[in-house]
Amino acid sequence: MNRFFISFLYKTGGLFTREMNGVLNMALILTVDDSASMRQMVAFTLKGAGYDVVEAEDGQKALAASKTKKFDLVITDVNMPVMDGITFIRHLRAEANYKFTPILMLTTESSADKKSEGKSAGATGWIVKPFNPDQLLAVVKKVIG
Amino acid sequence: MSTDVESKVDESPLDSDAELGDEYLTFSLADEEYGIDILRVQELRGWEMVTRIPNSPEFVKGVLNLRGAIVPIIDLRERFNLSVSDYTETTVVIVLSVNDGPDDNERTMGVVVDSISDVVHAKMSEIQATPKFGSSLDTEYISGLADADGKMLMLLNVDAMLSISGMLG
Amino acid sequence: MSIDMEQFHQVFFEESFEGLDIMETGLLNLDNGEADDEEINTIFRAAHSIKGGSGTFGFQSIADFTHIMETLLDEVRDGIRELTHDGINVLLKSVDCLRMMMTAESDGGDIDDSEVKTNFDALQNILGSSDSPSDNSTAEVADTTSDVPSAWKISFSPHKNFMQFGNDPARIIKELATMGQLTGHVDTKNVPDFVDLNPENMFLSWDMELKGNVTKEQIDDVFSWVEDESDISITALSKNKEKTQNTAKKSQDTKIKAAASQAPVKSAAADKKEKSAPANSSIRVGINKIDDLINMVGELVITQSMLSMLGEDFNMTRLEKLQEGLIQLDRHTRELQESVMQIRMVPISFTFSRFPRMVRDLSEKLDKKIQLVMHGENTELDKTVIEKIGDPLVHLVRNSIDHGIEMPEDRIAAGKPETGTIQLNAFHRGGNIVIEITDDGKGIDKDVIYNKGVEKGLVEAGSKLSDQQIYDLLFNPGFSTATEITDVSGRGVGMDVVKKNIMSLGGAIETHSVKGQGSIFSIRLPLTLAILDGQSVTVGADNYIIPLVSIVESVQPKKEQLNMVAGKGETYKLRDEYLPILRICDLFNIPDAKADKLEDGLLVVVEADGKHFGVFVDDLLGQQQVVIKSLESNYKRIEGISGATILGDGSVALILDVPGLIRMSD
Repeated sequence: MNRFFISFLYKTGGLFTREMNGVLNMALILTVDDSASMRQMVAFTLKGAGYDVVEAEDGQKALAASKTKKFDLVITDVNMPVMDGITFIRHLRAEANYKFTPILMLTTESSADKKSEGKSAGATGWIVKPFNPDQLLAVVKKVIG
Repeated sequence: MSTDVESKVDESPLDSDAELGDEYLTFSLADEEYGIDILRVQELRGWEMVTRIPNSPEFVKGVLNLRGAIVPIIDLRERFNLSVSDYTETTVVIVLSVNDGPDDNERTMGVVVDSISDVVHAKMSEIQATPKFGSSLDTEYISGLADADGKMLMLLNVDAMLSISGMLG
Repeated sequence: MSIDMEQFHQVFFEESFEGLDIMETGLLNLDNGEADDEEINTIFRAAHSIKGGSGTFGFQSIADFTHIMETLLDEVRDGIRELTHDGINVLLKSVDCLRMMMTAESDGGDIDDSEVKTNFDALQNILGSSDSPSDNSTAEVADTTSDVPSAWKISFSPHKNFMQFGNDPARIIKELATMGQLTGHVDTKNVPDFVDLNPENMFLSWDMELKGNVTKEQIDDVFSWVEDESDISITALSKNKEKTQNTAKKSQDTKIKAAASQAPVKSAAADKKEKSAPANSSIRVGINKIDDLINMVGELVITQSMLSMLGEDFNMTRLEKLQEGLIQLDRHTRELQESVMQIRMVPISFTFSRFPRMVRDLSEKLDKKIQLVMHGENTELDKTVIEKIGDPLVHLVRNSIDHGIEMPEDRIAAGKPETGTIQLNAFHRGGNIVIEITDDGKGIDKDVIYNKGVEKGLVEAGSKLSDQQIYDLLFNPGFSTATEITDVSGRGVGMDVVKKNIMSLGGAIETHSVKGQGSIFSIRLPLTLAILDGQSVTVGADNYIIPLVSIVESVQPKKEQLNMVAGKGETYKLRDEYLPILRICDLFNIPDAKADKLEDGLLVVVEADGKHFGVFVDDLLGQQQVVIKSLESNYKRIEGISGATILGDGSVALILDVPGLIRMSD
């Protein structure tokens, strides 16, 4: 009995599932970056692969957006004005709705300490900059299929 | 007449455009027939009052509002130093696109003509070196001659006759 | 999936140029000691964004260059390194260098490699290390050799909180399964009874065996995100016998591949340079302006549907409603127009931002001490005006630095503070924007200018000139008062161009100065070039528009106020001033003007270049806002006419160019 429950949890990747966003909807992704070109590139790539994408330009705006919709995946830059990525991740992870949501951070390889800082804030993983659209899609597919 | 006129108005609808030659809009001006490359024609309008432009040559009648663009209107009779006549019910303004200047600026300009005649297919022929064919029209604006139903058609070089520097010096 | 990355280039360049401006401003603030921690963070962030973007969008040389700047800035941010005045100089030069590289990439020019090298070395010098980032790639390639056994034993036990990082063990297991043949079993011994089960926690662990040509690095990579939230052990089950041979060959292959992959990159870059299309001019618009627009369009749509419903079934009893609707339509259209015009408005800070750097560099060069104070940076101006006012402002500021502010010792001798001040002020006045360049330097010596004017034959010796007329000599071509020619403001070339540029924007410049105390150059500019408030007048059958900004008043002349002045033509005495009269009908050769005698028409008193004139017309019609259309796009420029507009009835009216008319009458 409990095993069934657990396997349900594992299969769906958490208590809140994509299905809850509506059975027919594609996964909804929030991309956070103060750089418009990066944001557009991420959004364009993901939309091209059939995901729904919402853009935000800093942590604070992203946090506001997270309250209006339930995102299946959050991809955030680290260095941002107003609210940086690490703070954003910490706040988002504290939200009941985002306890189990995958959160990826965009980071440059030089910032190894940022990775661990991000992890302790609750990040699921990271995508190392520079990356190309194919690399981005490969990681996203890994995380939310 | 010493011009080499090529008569080629084939009515067969099956013939391709290439064989027939380009299409020209023909119009009359002081009893002479002229043709203009139809691809340059944007629209035909009746004559209407224009706004005069100060200190401009007589043949520049003024400017007109053409869907928000300010378009100059040139009287072709006056431009070609033909006899001046009053505008009548058949007077037409042909709105043309003109490539002007070293950068090939596309300008829109209107020309006033007596009346519109027809649209014909015609093949252009070279003008002979000694052309004084009953018209005071400077040959630099004529790109060729053609025959339309036995009548001589002077094909006009739109860019040359409406170049701002050519007209206004 | 192949995505054309070039579509993002324009945005990338725009934000990077902005980033460079931010870095420059920040560095200047640091140098002035006005900086706080956030300042260095902001600079770092801008460099970081440029680096990330340039790497992603394929501008490797920019990424490499920014990387070393970022490294330096990071050390400063972490307090490891103090940024000296010289250090800031190096960083400022590096910002210039990056700007050069960015411009070359965006406009398809060539990057000046020696310039890049010089700056790179200077940065490297500060950091005190010698490794160049471009050498890294070969080192990395050589390092990827490793053991490749034929199978791995993997034990994976996630911690309780595993899922609270958004992790999913299924994802990891699925990924492993794609790499080879995966077998294994799940260990459920830690799963508590249902009553004690917290579904948010993780209680399972796995023992797996992965067969196939998989390296340890590849497996590590799969677990890289979760190594802190789980216990992982990966051990080789059996070694591949041909290991050494294989790896040696492999590393060689990779090297060849790496070398080969560089060639197409280079040729692609070369291709790009050839085709480099001219960048489209674009504008960044605040979201609030867009929202305003959407709201207005919404209201317009409501009014429109209201009117069309009214029109479907109209009778005279509904006339009042119709009129009401039309008034509403009129208001909404006007508001919409205003909002659309707002989109073209950008803050003047776009132009001002270059001055802190300029003042710093120039004052250093001239050994002067100058502080720059700016006010009203948020004053908005039409984008076209902003673009065209930059050069004239640069000239004026240079002029103030060069000819205005004195050397420190001269200032002390004159009892002034050692450091001179240049102020840039932008503000609204009437329908105009005023930009003032003020300095507390030595001021303009009117006698010197007057004598120079006489010497140059610009002024008749002994003639009386007003202050303004004397200052206007400064803007005469070839006029220079500097006793020494410097390479800062040159030989006075430019001041005449300054005036010409400002006038071409429909603006004017005024000079005020007190000897020994300083000077003020005051530029007046129209808010926008696309719309103006005009007074409609008639001359003969024609309508003309006179810009309201140049109109002082309109008068009906009386005979006793009119005079003929020998050599100057007709004048009109307005209070104590004799105004020259410009007859439009004469200047424009209009044959059918109704008023021939001055008493029969009207005089519109206009002001241009600080002088008053009476423009003689038949009659005045209403005042209205008109949209300026170019006469040149399909025809040509006409003297005395600045453009055309379309009136309510669809006809065209010409807009008078007041300074042009005055020139015609001379």
